Amino acid sequence: MDNTVATEHPHTHETAVHAEHTHVSLPQHRHHFETVEQQREAGSFGMWLFLLTEIMFFGGLFFAYLLYRNWYYDAFFTASNQLSIPLGTANTAILITSGFFMALAVWCAEVRKKDMLVWTLILTTVFGIAFLGIKYVEYHEKWEKHHIPGAHFDISEFVNPAAHGIKEKPLPPDMAQRTQVFFFLYFAMTGMHALHMIIGVGLLFWLIWRARRGDFSAGYVAPIENFGLYWHFVDIVWLFLFPLLYLINRHPLH
Amino acid sequence: MGISSVLWQFLVKWLHSSALFPVEASTIAPYTDALYFFLVAVSLVGLAFVTILIFYFSLRYRKDKHPVAVQIEGSTILEATWTIIPLAIFLVVFVWGGLLYFRIYNPPPNSMNIYVVGKQWMWKAEHPGGQHEINALHIPVGQPIQLTMISQDVFHSFSIPDFRVKREVIPGRYSTVWFQATDPGTYHIFCTQYCGTLHSGMIGEVTAMSAADYKKWLDGSTSGTSLAQNGERLFASMGCNACHNGNATARGPNLAGVYGSKLTLTDGSQVLVNDAYLRDAILNPSQHVTAGYAPIMPTYQGQISEDGLIDLVEYIKQLQSNYRIQQTFVTADSNQASPTTPSVGTNQDSVKP
Amino acid sequence: MSSTATIVSLPDQATARLPKRSYLNNEDGLLSWLLTGDHKRIAILYLISITFFFFIGGAFAGLIRLELLTPQPDLVAADTYNKFFTMHGIIMVFLFLVPSVPATIGNFLIPIMVGAKDLAFPKINLLSWYLYVVGGIMVLAALVLGGVDTGWTFTTPLSTHYLNTHVITAALAIFVAGFSSIFTGLNFIVTIHRMRCPGMTWFRLPLFVWSNYAASLLMVLGTPVLAITLVLVLLERVFGIGVFDPTKGGDPLLFQHLFWFYSHPAVYIMILPGMGVISEIISTFSRKRVFGYTAVAFSSVAIALFGFFVWAHHMFIMGVSNYSALVFSLLTMLVAVPSAIKVFNWAFTLQKGSITFETPMLYAFGFLGLFTIGGLTGVFLGSLGMDIHLTETYFIVAHFHFVMVGGMLMAFLSGVHFWWPKMTGRMYPESLSKLAAVTTFIGFILTFMPQFILGYLGMPRRYHAYPPEYQVLNVLSTAGATVLGVGYMLPLLYLGWSLKYGAIAGDNPWQATGLEWQIQSPPLTENFIEIPIMDHEAYDYEWLEQKQKNEVTTVG
Repeated sequence: MDNTVATEHPHTHETAVHAEHTHVSLPQHRHHFETVEQQREAGSFGMWLFLLTEIMFFGGLFFAYLLYRNWYYDAFFTASNQLSIPLGTANTAILITSGFFMALAVWCAEVRKKDMLVWTLILTTVFGIAFLGIKYVEYHEKWEKHHIPGAHFDISEFVNPAAHGIKEKPLPPDMAQRTQVFFFLYFAMTGMHALHMIIGVGLLFWLIWRARRGDFSAGYVAPIENFGLYWHFVDIVWLFLFPLLYLINRHPLH
Repeated sequence: MGISSVLWQFLVKWLHSSALFPVEASTIAPYTDALYFFLVAVSLVGLAFVTILIFYFSLRYRKDKHPVAVQIEGSTILEATWTIIPLAIFLVVFVWGGLLYFRIYNPPPNSMNIYVVGKQWMWKAEHPGGQHEINALHIPVGQPIQLTMISQDVFHSFSIPDFRVKREVIPGRYSTVWFQATDPGTYHIFCTQYCGTLHSGMIGEVTAMSAADYKKWLDGSTSGTSLAQNGERLFASMGCNACHNGNATARGPNLAGVYGSKLTLTDGSQVLVNDAYLRDAILNPSQHVTAGYAPIMPTYQGQISEDGLIDLVEYIKQLQSNYRIQQTFVTADSNQASPTTPSVGTNQDSVKP
Repeated sequence: MSSTATIVSLPDQATARLPKRSYLNNEDGLLSWLLTGDHKRIAILYLISITFFFFIGGAFAGLIRLELLTPQPDLVAADTYNKFFTMHGIIMVFLFLVPSVPATIGNFLIPIMVGAKDLAFPKINLLSWYLYVVGGIMVLAALVLGGVDTGWTFTTPLSTHYLNTHVITAALAIFVAGFSSIFTGLNFIVTIHRMRCPGMTWFRLPLFVWSNYAASLLMVLGTPVLAITLVLVLLERVFGIGVFDPTKGGDPLLFQHLFWFYSHPAVYIMILPGMGVISEIISTFSRKRVFGYTAVAFSSVAIALFGFFVWAHHMFIMGVSNYSALVFSLLTMLVAVPSAIKVFNWAFTLQKGSITFETPMLYAFGFLGLFTIGGLTGVFLGSLGMDIHLTETYFIVAHFHFVMVGGMLMAFLSGVHFWWPKMTGRMYPESLSKLAAVTTFIGFILTFMPQFILGYLGMPRRYHAYPPEYQVLNVLSTAGATVLGVGYMLPLLYLGWSLKYGAIAGDNPWQATGLEWQIQSPPLTENFIEIPIMDHEAYDYEWLEQKQKNEVTTVG
């Protein structure tokens, strides 16, 4: 333990040196971990902790949503009815499918099937990009209808829905102004979510490149596993966002 | 509380004369100071205890005198002692502080109401009789005064240290504070919430006067119309009386006598009609629709200043059965105390928006 | 009380040399430092950066006190003064206090204390430093571009709609620096959970590790809420959304809740690591195990836990309902108790010890006195009725400077002096360091005691000008600040001097227990030649004595 003092247990040193040789056999083994198991556990723990911080991060937005939905319920459900259920449902299905392929990819890595791993990662990415594409379509529609909060926000659809061919109760003007709060939260929450998806897609490209090289087909599955955790987390956030934003008071027979 | 003993007076006056302690100029100040002295005493005892322990141990067990340390794991009894005793003291402090807080923030029923509007960087005080002051507040001694305050822009905080009262002045909702001055004199008003460039310039003076002097001041500084009279004019000019005219077929509910009453809204909930409710109903009418009426009232957000809103609130407060009482209102009597503050235990500020 | 007894034991200076190979000379060149994964090098990088920012923040403090010498606003314009205290707050809180002990001493020692070769994620550790540097540069950018004057608390709607200074730059800077903090905390938690050496159970860990663990929990759970709050402020400012604007249906109080939900745990992030340092110091310089180890360990975690539930005590007069005010006041009283427990445990560690008064111990004594005062005045503020009079005045300023500067900064200096020989292999001149410690203590009291009185008199905080009757106390405070400044400059000088001319320290100049003192000074890059096996309790002085008896000391 100390290089100027003779140790009391020389045989420990030998066994430690012997153990050293078996440690560094795997290329991904980082020197500061004693065993690969320790490294894998530490990596997994770290990712779970990071996801916990993400929950706290989104939590602030959810709290604001909770507060304002309570205060301005009428504005919220009226504005929510302007969101496209088909597109939102499609996105939910797409994201779940993407998550399925990611789970499959983790399995592929564990059983060391390189080609299938690459394919499942590619499919995960494709579905992720599809999600983002539909999101873009939705955002664009909001832009055209002047539902983006700020200087150009237009409440006429809410004050006088009949004139726009919308089957909704008209809102009084002051409550109609509050739809801006809903849309702000909509853009903030789905925007933050989309940002996380974009980062995830970026990471997926990197993982696909490394998977093609064979980095993950020899027993080193930690990056795939940990990314899988991240991707599933982003998925779960969407599963909360969808009902909260799209399904506030939808009636099946409406 | 039996605290105006000779010793107390002596202590407080001595401290003040050495410029280290503020005067006690309100009825609540001695209560605050009592808690403060208790806390100081507890702190001094606690600090002395810790300091003596440390000094004693350091001297007695310094290396020269005690070369070999004795390894001691701990002592559950001691841990329990110094957990329970501080906790007990802190809980006493909590209860005492809580009682004082409720005392300071719950005005007595006969308080006289004055409005304060804070804006960058000045205080505007508006007496019901129409007297307007900037960075000043004239009040009578011996009368509970309630301030109903709001900000026109950012957070401010209205503080009168010599009265030991302070309350945040918030944009978008009323906050209140009350006090009763005991000695005539002038005392500092500070804004204590950082509000921008001239935060330290947002200061003023409270002038506490005898009742007679206060009456003289009122008579001399009135603008000629009370706040309620201004409110009546605004009510007409904004077109409120088109719907709120007291007729049986009116589109809006009758506002006479509504202040202080319990109102049932269209969603079935019951609300107490106080200042905050009235202000909110003008700005966000769709959330304050009286049962039996349609949600057709337009919002006046952005069209009426906070001063205007105060005028309207004052007007509605004064409305009894006759919408036209203001015409017989005599200017000299315009400083009458406003109707008693609704006091059903509800915090004035916490009205559902 | 003067005692020439000391436990310092240095090797024979005539023949002593620094070890041939250590983390300092393992690799050469600037890039080997800027791209390092070695937690010790990262700790040194942090130490240099936070010292740099400390003196900038300190300069602002000096300017503030200079202006407050006179009641009139005569030194600088009002806007400039507002920028002074904002920059002072932002730099001191986010760029100095939050990373001070964890990122420097914690980074350096936690792997060694648990018996590991590095933190769990060295690259993330380096990333954490770069995020800190980027955040710091952005703060400097905000400064150079003209400054920001929101106050470090960014109160809305002032910061969103009523100022045209560099709010966005400053908010983004803190956002980035916040992630630095999150990653440090994340690294510590995983390391402490997963990389303890064989035999190192939780209750054999040094209390320094416990304290940093508790602080890391707060960093990881609390900082993201600040991040999202700043994002909301930015969005509101840039796009004119009304999430905090009452005229658009928003609620300015929402910002307060979100902001203080982080910023209260933040103060425990700042103080807990300092408390950990104090445990180590008092134990070492009394030659005794910390009294009530378990109580101190659990009280760290208790402070972290309770610390999450008291945030609205910053909002007692802001329009929270009377009943929620009661709840938060009660919880505030509860969170005060573990701190009291610690102070008593430290005091009783001295009993039947064998005490010496080297510099780290002097700073620790200063901490004990000043933190006790600061903590007790916190009880004043947690008491609702008392808070009405005291809040937003100089009483608050005095309170938090007592705990943060009299407490935390003293603990930081104590730790730096204690572990300096370990980090650098050199000892500093004891008489100068003692002088600095005493100067700091005296200067501090002179600076901040008058502020309690000013607070009760009613002088508001963040005031550029004040009524003339407050001048005497302000002058005293400024005089103290001058002394304090000298006290803080001195370590810079003699510690720098010691790097070249200080005595060679050897492995264990303080004869302390703890794994870090059983390895060379400065340590090897990999810390240990072989992973140790922990077979004794923490602060086991009997084990140390045994070990020293069995040592065969060789020269060179």
